[in-house]
Amino acid sequence: MAAAHNFGKDVLEVRSLSMDFGGLRALDKLDLSVRQGEIVALIGPNGAGKTTFFNCITGLHAPTEGEMLIHPPNQGKTQRLNGLKPNRVTERGLARTFQNIRLFPNMTVLENVMIGRHCRMSAGIPGAIFRPRSTREEENQVVDDSYAMLEKIGIEQFVNELAMNLPYGAQRRLEIARAMATDPFILLLDEPAAGMNPQETRRLDELILRLREQEKISILLIEHDMKMVMSLSDRIYVVDYGKKIAEGSPEEIKRNPAVIKAYLGEEIDA
Amino acid sequence: MRVAEELKKSALVSIWFMFLTFPIMVIRVNTIYNTVEWRWLNMALVGGGSFFLSMLWRFMIRRKERGKKKAEIKDGVQLTLIQRLMQNRRVTLSGIVLAAIFAMIYPFVFSMYQTSIMITALIYVMCGLGLNIVIGLAGLLDLGYVAFYAVGAYSYALLNYHFGISFWMALPVGAALGFMFGVLLGFPVLRLRGDYLAIVTLGFGEIIRLVLENWNEFSHGPSGIANIPRPSFFGYDLSLQQVTIWIYFIMIGLVIFTIFVVGRLQNSRLGRAWVALREDEIACQAMGIDKTRTKLSAFALGATWAGMAGVMFAAKTTFINPASFTIWESVIILCVVVLGGMGSIVGVILGAMVLILLPEYLRAFSEYRMLLFGAVLVLMMVFRPGGIITNVRRTYRFKGKATTDGSSA
Repeated sequence: MAAAHNFGKDVLEVRSLSMDFGGLRALDKLDLSVRQGEIVALIGPNGAGKTTFFNCITGLHAPTEGEMLIHPPNQGKTQRLNGLKPNRVTERGLARTFQNIRLFPNMTVLENVMIGRHCRMSAGIPGAIFRPRSTREEENQVVDDSYAMLEKIGIEQFVNELAMNLPYGAQRRLEIARAMATDPFILLLDEPAAGMNPQETRRLDELILRLREQEKISILLIEHDMKMVMSLSDRIYVVDYGKKIAEGSPEEIKRNPAVIKAYLGEEIDA
Repeated sequence: MRVAEELKKSALVSIWFMFLTFPIMVIRVNTIYNTVEWRWLNMALVGGGSFFLSMLWRFMIRRKERGKKKAEIKDGVQLTLIQRLMQNRRVTLSGIVLAAIFAMIYPFVFSMYQTSIMITALIYVMCGLGLNIVIGLAGLLDLGYVAFYAVGAYSYALLNYHFGISFWMALPVGAALGFMFGVLLGFPVLRLRGDYLAIVTLGFGEIIRLVLENWNEFSHGPSGIANIPRPSFFGYDLSLQQVTIWIYFIMIGLVIFTIFVVGRLQNSRLGRAWVALREDEIACQAMGIDKTRTKLSAFALGATWAGMAGVMFAAKTTFINPASFTIWESVIILCVVVLGGMGSIVGVILGAMVLILLPEYLRAFSEYRMLLFGAVLVLMMVFRPGGIITNVRRTYRFKGKATTDGSSA
């Protein structure tokens, strides 16, 4: 279905990324690239190192070796992500969600999204205290932008609720809204459909496709729901024990013996 | 039967208490006549009293739980009466006007003693509002807050002693030094959170106090610094009573200034970043907030108010020594914030008034003062864990289709 798309050049390029936790090699020379406008899925059994991979790219972990490069689609200047702090990575245009929802539970839904706008704002301490015209305008702009983002994601009815009071599916969507508010060109989704019912998952599918079309972003996603992965992604990477074992279109992955082995195990008498 | 069960439990409690207090409340040995007095009446009083209190306790707990259930059924933010009143603009406005009139006439109506303890309370309001930034908003448990208070007080005392700097010069200097020490403490504790942070800040507070106590050449040691001048009033000589009233009004001005600034900070980009940092540090960073700067700014801005309050304290008492800056002061300021309601400005003001003024008025039963103080805190945390006034998140107005709730002020 998605094969008809014509993708641009690479926006994210990861070269032989390794991550050691003491003696444990969580990632082993992983290569990965995401092209402009592409939806790429990263799958693998539990503990394969998918979330570690996300944590490395977003600056939460410092990888042991390897290189992470971004080629932002508009400015085009290539930048290295190695050694950047998480907030700097987000400023460069990578936004993520978390596997176990990490919202700001005691803030309202709107404020959660406003936090996402934080790195695109400039008011400092004097601005906060004296509240000059520029700061007021910026604040109003952020409130309006954030509300518009909620409408786009479809959870504007909860705008003044506390985030912790939201139903589960809406919390997942709020995380996406908050990430989108940072103006990314790549959205990293860590199991966005975990714990959702089939209907919610289908609506999430639609949302992700719509975001790609409307916002011209690329999406890298970790997911266990194979139906969703197969229908959504243009390209799939499969990792197991930190190593890449396969790469290709959904059709190729379905037939790949290495993948089947990793997921279902090997027959003893072959 | 529920009632029977509760009666039984309360009876057990009262028997337990009678047994517990038996040796001290009932038996009295008269050492002169070598007789033993049995005061059975006391036992009855203890039994009856504890039975009554136990019933009351159970009743209150039940009421609280019922309230909680109701809130769940109604599904939504359950606001208390005070919070609803605070959202009504007319009520808030008239409340502010009343408070302002009261504050204006207070020193002329009440005695100098009353004015003086009110000044102390206002100093704590200022400290409380400053600490509220660090604890209430940014969620960093700072137990060494009094160190910044000491920095402010000593900066005025020493600068005046050596260079004759006036109160009005010392006020901004104290604030600046508070800010600086806030950053200084902020750096080593950037990686810490929760209990670890509390312990390090506790240590920092003690370091400052011990330095002041032992570095005689610098701070005059435990004997402190005396004869610190009170604030001047445009060059006029004021009597003690007049100067107290003058200090009172300076304090009112400073508190209003604090409320203004803290209120604005709270509802700004930085304020939101602080709250986000409190809620989830990792998500906060992943959303593009610079953790280092946000934490440092919380520490520094919180410490600024303590620095100013310290200058004020030195000017009010005219004598300072390290004994005024013990860990106990930090604990009181912490109690002010927690009791008042973390993150809520009105709450912190009320908290300071209750905690500072109550012990003053309870001097009559000075022996039981700390007992009452403790009891108030325990009851408070059981029945209103969010503080006297729980902070309500602000609702914004936006160019949208429909506002979801009644934020149409």
